Amino acid sequence: MMNCKEATQLLSEKLDRPLGTKEKVALGFHTTICVSCRNFAHQMEELRDISKHYMKGDTDKEK
Amino acid sequence: MIDVNPSSDVNSSPAINVFHDAVFMEDLRSQMFKFAQLQVRDHQLAEDAVQEAMISAYQNIEKFGRQSALKTWVFSILKNKLIDLLRKEKRHTAASQLEDGSNLSGDALMDALFEQNGHWQKHERPKKWDQPEHGVENKHFWRVFDACLNALPEKYGRLFMMREFLEMETSEICHNEDITVSNLNVTLYRARLRLRECLEDNWYQAEVSK
Repeated sequence: MMNCKEATQLLSEKLDRPLGTKEKVALGFHTTICVSCRNFAHQMEELRDISKHYMKGDTDKEK
Repeated sequence: MIDVNPSSDVNSSPAINVFHDAVFMEDLRSQMFKFAQLQVRDHQLAEDAVQEAMISAYQNIEKFGRQSALKTWVFSILKNKLIDLLRKEKRHTAASQLEDGSNLSGDALMDALFEQNGHWQKHERPKKWDQPEHGVENKHFWRVFDACLNALPEKYGRLFMMREFLEMETSEICHNEDITVSNLNVTLYRARLRLRECLEDNWYQAEVSK
């Protein structure tokens, strides 16, 4: 069974390469039962989103 | 660069004023320089790239009505210049030769975050983040974000920026930096672990506890 360390590494790699079917299944199972890794998964997407805003120069809003 | 949208009334554009805002321009220049420097690791090359991006912006002055539009423009020019530089130069500071740095990294980082059995250490478990409007819409957020980026070990920061800011493909990064795919994956993973923790501690959870 996949542990949090393995799950989080895959959640990071998901941003850089397509995951295989086995990886997806194991990851899906893990994140269903682990709230910390589920939070981590959202945060990985959030980090990518934040980076896009950063490059768009959105850092001056509400100046 | 070909001007696809020539404008005859350059002088009436409010954009001129953007270039006359010395504080804004100096902020922008230093942000761009910091960004370029992290990528190319060469003071002169970084200065040149920033200079060229600024000149290009000036030549397209009629396109910017707002400061944010100018900023978006120069950063996208700068990004392309940096990618060109990284492609061309087989630099002697490839990431393969960078140390992880003195900040928490490598196995020490993993041990701090995870227990022996691979589960999160109790106090390191990721918490739920607030909605994005508490983040990217707020200029204080960007200060925290900058600080967190700067706190990353050099190698982490550089590879993270190549992947996320310059949006280079992993194969290209590996080729340029002379590292293996698994090395890149692990480095990006650790960079993201560090960044998410830093943001959580200094922004998302810091807000909650106020």
